[in-house]
Amino acid sequence: MAHLLRFITCGSVDDGKSTLIGRLLYDSKMVFDDQLSALERDSKAVGTQNGALDFALLMDGLAAEREQGITIDVAYRFFSTGARTFIVADTPGHEQYTRNMITGASTADLAVILIDARRGVLTQTRRHSFLVSLMGIRKVVLAVNKMDLIAYDQAAFDRICADYRAFARQIGLDAVSAIPMSALKGDNVTARSTAMNWYDGPTLIQHLETVETVERPHEAPFRLCVQWVNRPDLSFRGFAGTVASGEIRPGDSVRVLPSGRDARVARLVTHDGDLTHAAAGQSVTLTLDHEIDIARGDVLASPLDPPAVADQFNTTIIWMSEDPLLPGRPYLVKIGTKTVTGTVTSLKHKINVNTLEHLAAKTLTLNEIAEANIQLAQPIAFDPYDKNRETGGFIVIDRMTNATVDAGLIRFALRRSENIHWQAVEVDKPARANLKHQKACVLWFTGLSGAGKSTIANALEKKLFGLGRHTYLLDGDNVRHGLNRDLGFTDADRVENIRRVAEVSKLMVDAGLIVLVSFISPFRAERELARNLLQPGEFFEVFVDTPLVEAEKRDPKGLYKKARRGEIRNFTGISSPYEAPQNPELRIDTSRASADEAADLILRLLTERAMLGGH
Amino acid sequence: MAGAHPDLTNLQRLEAESIHILREVVAECERPVMLYSIGKDSAVMLHLAMKAFYPAKPPFPLLHVDTTWKFKEMIAFRDQRVRELGLDLLVHTNPEGIAQGVGPFTHGSSIHTDVMKTQALKQALDKGRFDAAFGGARRDEEKSRAKERIFSFRSAQHRWDPRQQRPELWRLYNTRVHKGESIRVFPLSNWTELDVWQYIHRENIPIVPLYFAKERPVVTRDGALIMVDDERLPLQPGERPEFRKVRFRTLGCYPLTGAVESDADSAPAIISEMLRTTTSERQGRVIDHDSAASMEKKKQEGYF
Repeated sequence: MAHLLRFITCGSVDDGKSTLIGRLLYDSKMVFDDQLSALERDSKAVGTQNGALDFALLMDGLAAEREQGITIDVAYRFFSTGARTFIVADTPGHEQYTRNMITGASTADLAVILIDARRGVLTQTRRHSFLVSLMGIRKVVLAVNKMDLIAYDQAAFDRICADYRAFARQIGLDAVSAIPMSALKGDNVTARSTAMNWYDGPTLIQHLETVETVERPHEAPFRLCVQWVNRPDLSFRGFAGTVASGEIRPGDSVRVLPSGRDARVARLVTHDGDLTHAAAGQSVTLTLDHEIDIARGDVLASPLDPPAVADQFNTTIIWMSEDPLLPGRPYLVKIGTKTVTGTVTSLKHKINVNTLEHLAAKTLTLNEIAEANIQLAQPIAFDPYDKNRETGGFIVIDRMTNATVDAGLIRFALRRSENIHWQAVEVDKPARANLKHQKACVLWFTGLSGAGKSTIANALEKKLFGLGRHTYLLDGDNVRHGLNRDLGFTDADRVENIRRVAEVSKLMVDAGLIVLVSFISPFRAERELARNLLQPGEFFEVFVDTPLVEAEKRDPKGLYKKARRGEIRNFTGISSPYEAPQNPELRIDTSRASADEAADLILRLLTERAMLGGH
Repeated sequence: MAGAHPDLTNLQRLEAESIHILREVVAECERPVMLYSIGKDSAVMLHLAMKAFYPAKPPFPLLHVDTTWKFKEMIAFRDQRVRELGLDLLVHTNPEGIAQGVGPFTHGSSIHTDVMKTQALKQALDKGRFDAAFGGARRDEEKSRAKERIFSFRSAQHRWDPRQQRPELWRLYNTRVHKGESIRVFPLSNWTELDVWQYIHRENIPIVPLYFAKERPVVTRDGALIMVDDERLPLQPGERPEFRKVRFRTLGCYPLTGAVESDADSAPAIISEMLRTTTSERQGRVIDHDSAASMEKKKQEGYF
């Protein structure tokens, strides 16, 4: 039996969650005298229990939590009994803190779900149970609390249990242990209740001390995500990482993924001498019997049962950011020890966490959960999340803000990622560009509506044409009449609009053309996406910098006036943001340069960068 | 489903988790540094770093923010330990604090702590352009710590914003920062005081002798036993240091660190004393008592 049990408690303040944890800590002597006197002081000052000990104040460590009387963030608490050590993730129950509960659940072996005996199974009970099940926790304790307030009535308890089990079975929670208790009076928490002789199961603490939770991870196939290559000198080359699952011994074969090469383990090196064996949960450094190329992010696995390798997946994602998810936008995806660029290619549906209904979705907002397809820039080794949390769970990071915006669970790889291969062609980009005596590139004009992008792009194209260059001008308005006719002006549609234009300009660069793209393209992330589609040196971001007041004064199409009157929604600069470039290849100040002068500036840049070969 | 082998002990699991965290920082951050405060938690953290990168040495320097009011035995221990292990040590003291003669007796504990610890730490981190700094704090120490992430993001001004913490799932840590921003990393987040002592005992980790009971000269101030470590401690009229058998549960600036009366002079004796104690370890820290939210406030200002 494991020595350490990590569990999560779910429930709201009214269910008596803090009282329960406070009692567990207090009864296991983890609340010291000085903490108790601080608690007495706080309870009198800001408590909600009429001056009596308010255990919530012991748990709610942030000033904002104590002031508002709510739990906002996960708290980790520690206690031990003679039999086991426990780490409790105390998580907020309110729907607006779903991400915090998901965080607590990600490392838990078991969940204690609290129910107020007077109220039975509620919407929030279902939500908590769904999230617990989603995160792969299979063992649940249903703590039916406040039994003292319903006169310790067995029939009511049985009714609640039957209700709950019927629901739990639908979401795959089979191992439910129900315990009737009163955290306030201490019934069946650490001491057996004398008021409920009809209950002959364990107390909560007895159950936690004895429950078998670990699903034998050491019997799962071996996995280790390489964290760091240890090379103190030329004679030693070790691969450091934590064994994610399975076991390993010197002499065992391992396969390196995604490369697929095999080797044998030579040594398991530690500071305290070599090991003869290492198992799931241990951090080791291993050496191999021969040199093969291994880097951080690679997975070492059992060759008998290796993980699959793919770059497109069906996943469940939990959105954790105030900024909405935009399908098509590039984000960073971290799985195991590997970080790659990835995008959500389609949202299948979102899930109403209260009713489990499936709903159509174009974007996701904070705390929304959805089934989504994702595509990564490179193939990775993975296991489905329900087989292995370590190699099947990932986080998504916003490339601009660096915030963790999403947690995801890989369900399965999409078949098409294996079946569509890139068609190699013999006449290639340099060959086509050479024929035209130029280097292919993209000049990406960005700026507010009315800034002068199209005017400058037109002037430049005329000059290039006069020089005998092969060009094409992609104009925002024109493309919206055809290729992007189906798109509107929401943030999600703007991202897709730019993604398509970026892909088209990439094809044209491949055809050897100098491509002029004139699009407002308000978001940094999508301009980065366009840049990343091309080779270094092929992308020129030209920031046509005209202040909003000036663009609005010009208003060549009368659009600002309409936007100010509220007739156009999501208008850049008025009701939708414009993110100015931070390091454009060229910034054109239109208050100083005419369109013709601007075109000359760009020509000079192209000549300097040797994009225009001589005739 | 992944997890840990059921035979792993609690200490083995904690050790493995800490090593994983140390390696993750070294693999992903450009300029890590380890805050070395010379106390028992730092001793454990350093020991874990020696293990994590073996046979290489820890690929980062140690940083000690010296307030000039540490116990003499701490400084001697620090220098000896660094020499034995062959590591790089950076020592920083706030030059403005020295120029203004800031100290706990002349300026009070909160100004002293702010100038000589918090501001000094920020100076040292800026000077070294460190993008990640390891600290030995544990979640069981204090309730705002219980809410803090293992990888705790700091703005370019070193501020902690408890409302904007990055969700931390599984073992996936987000180490990304913009230029000037940094991350404080707490590899001992999930350790308790008892775990630390049991590990010190199991691994035979050297610690400052002040943790072990001995006859030491002390005076009683506001209910705390303050050791007379040097002549800078102003004695009040009629006050005379007396020798009592005491030890320290935490170590900091000597005028701000209360001793406890004890006979425990070995790790096993300390462990058995801990199992009977009724006060928390930070009880001896004068600076934590100002208000219930005092630690949170200090942390927002850049304190570790």
